[in-house]
Amino acid sequence: MLGIIRERLRQGHRTGKFPRVEPTLPSRFRGLPVAAAELSAQQQAEAVADCPFQALASVGTSLSIDLGRCLFCGDCPPAAQGALQFSNDYRLAARTRHDLLVGDREYRLAEKLNARMLKLFGRSLKLRQVSAGGCNACEADLNVLGTLVFDLGRFGIQFVASPRHADGLLVTGPVTANMKSALLDTYAAMPEPKLVIASGACAIGGGPFCGLAEVNNGLGDLLPVDLFIPGCPPHPYTALDGLLRLLGRR
Amino acid sequence: MSLSKLVRFRHGLSVPLAELPILDYAQFSDSLLADVAADARVASYFGVPVAAGLEIFAILAHDWKEELALLRTRVSGSFPALTPRCPQLHLFERELAEQFGVRPLHHPWLKPVRFHAPWIDAADIWGRPRGVHPVAGAMEFYRVEGEEVHEVAVGPVHAGVIEPGHFRFQCHGEEVMHLEISLGYQHRGIEQQLLGAPPATAIYLLETAAGDTSIGHATTGCQLLESLAGIEAPQRAQAIRAIALELERLANHVGDIGALAGDVGFLPTASFCGRLRGDFLNLTAELCGSRFGRGLVRPGGVNFDLGADLAKTFVERLQVLERETRGAIELCFDSPSVLARFEGTGPVSTDDAEALGLVGVAARACGLVRDARLHHPFGAGEGRFDTPVIEIDGDVFARGNVRRREIYASFELIRRLLRYLPDGPLRTPAAPLAADSLAVSLCEGWRGEVVHAALTDGNGRIVRYKIVDPSFHNWSGLALALRGQQISDFPLCNKSFNLSYCGFDL
Repeated sequence: MLGIIRERLRQGHRTGKFPRVEPTLPSRFRGLPVAAAELSAQQQAEAVADCPFQALASVGTSLSIDLGRCLFCGDCPPAAQGALQFSNDYRLAARTRHDLLVGDREYRLAEKLNARMLKLFGRSLKLRQVSAGGCNACEADLNVLGTLVFDLGRFGIQFVASPRHADGLLVTGPVTANMKSALLDTYAAMPEPKLVIASGACAIGGGPFCGLAEVNNGLGDLLPVDLFIPGCPPHPYTALDGLLRLLGRR
Repeated sequence: MSLSKLVRFRHGLSVPLAELPILDYAQFSDSLLADVAADARVASYFGVPVAAGLEIFAILAHDWKEELALLRTRVSGSFPALTPRCPQLHLFERELAEQFGVRPLHHPWLKPVRFHAPWIDAADIWGRPRGVHPVAGAMEFYRVEGEEVHEVAVGPVHAGVIEPGHFRFQCHGEEVMHLEISLGYQHRGIEQQLLGAPPATAIYLLETAAGDTSIGHATTGCQLLESLAGIEAPQRAQAIRAIALELERLANHVGDIGALAGDVGFLPTASFCGRLRGDFLNLTAELCGSRFGRGLVRPGGVNFDLGADLAKTFVERLQVLERETRGAIELCFDSPSVLARFEGTGPVSTDDAEALGLVGVAARACGLVRDARLHHPFGAGEGRFDTPVIEIDGDVFARGNVRRREIYASFELIRRLLRYLPDGPLRTPAAPLAADSLAVSLCEGWRGEVVHAALTDGNGRIVRYKIVDPSFHNWSGLALALRGQQISDFPLCNKSFNLSYCGFDL
């Protein structure tokens, strides 16, 4: 017992001060991408052709980036000769698929739920997570939200075991053929009203598995999505920021 | 007498197919069994369709001799299964049946593996209708019948934030008589997508074959492409890969010990390790921007350098982390109440582990000295890794204790790698892939050895890419560990293996 107390004192207090204090992320962290304003037609064409996931498109003299398709791999900036740079901004979650386009307008971060939903879920949101394919990295970094650094519980958000107890379904993975019916059954088992959150490039648009015969390219046509959290996988702060925005806490 | 082709093997190699004779199936079987009897184990085993049927390649590892034995044969329709005489082949033969519609005769457990239609235009051997996607988990489960015998079915959707899989327990009261595991829910069809030039998406598929082993799979895949291209990553790149691999091991092992502690209700270690795991992931992010090492390992080398300043930061942070990690872990391994729950729970015997071909942490916990870092080192690790960690009891404690000791060994290994980081470039320029060749690559991921193999055609295009995640061997170990245990110990046993669903399902 004394040993436990001594170790507890040695390990110290580790819960972050988020959202009051912004987190410090590694300098090489790849967050919100920014395209250079003036690019030649050739530079644009090269950059667009270079992305194997079709995340880039030409817009005027610059590029638009679809964060629903981007894997934040960082392989393209050198290829596009500095035409694209990833900033350190981890805030990426958006409410609609269209809002995930970064380009000629300011990026629209997720807005809070409507008044009725906020009244229901604003102070207590129970989520059922379903992993529908994917690589388990999204799940790993969602589990991290439960550790004492992030301490998700202090925001009234909790992952629950049963869909019957859940207010929202948080989906990761591109939805494999073998998981489709289990995913839809879980959604059907949840009481109304309910939210759907697509977390990670896979759930949004298939991610690295986009176009594979055994996957559905994300949630797109299956369920109505209320929150998109981009990333491959999303940084825990990206996910937490998105959830708090949805609840009107940021 | 074995007719297998023996090749000296380090971490990757490519052999012209012309050097591999096509044996008839009887010679192939006899040679394979002779090799296995002489201390070899099956590292990979796969089929590739040809005009005259199906070619089967067997890659057997003679670990202590640093040699691989390669075998090649041709079958069509049906052939006698080798599983009854070599149980570690049981999933590989089921895989052949599911992918190519062939029938291994007298296979004792011939059931689907991943629930997909045959890859080629062949009839499904289970008679599942053509043109309709098979239903995952639809198969005959082994059943025990009798008074007070009951069945417990769990999954695919589990209680926690974890991957999907289906578990079927046959119980008598609390006691589990048999556990059958049916996976395939995460099947994305990665192997088929890696064919051809290879495609621009290949590296991303390798990194996401099993997301918690991104560095392990990307390194193995890149070594494979490098050996096919006849190039080698620069020494500096190999050292950076080795450091990233150890960071991946640290993060996952520390997380696993925390989870084991959590499963027996010892919360201090559970919460300390949960935080520490994130700190190791953050170190990987300092190196390459991604907590899972995405974007670091690329064919020909690595994309990010570990300069002197960063190396200094690493040393300083690892020093603090080592102290805190030791504190958190020793607390748990010093507590009699924790040890009472760990010791004797979920044992696997050395003989069973060897027969099933277990690898990695699960094998080392059963007394098998199997560590690719020792037997098949990379350039940078050459002569440096010399401390394989072995436990003999094969229970939850042994699997936990292998992790605990490997964590301490990894700190030491990273320190040495940082101290002797070679100078030089980070990438070797790409070269065309060798034509008509078989390439094999192997690397010790945190769970165990990751094996990739590929075949090229006359134009140097990949016609078959085969991935073996350590979980492919080890899920059978978990099923065996549960025999005679209480069903309430399943979470603890499961966590002590902590296997990948997606790495198995691909």
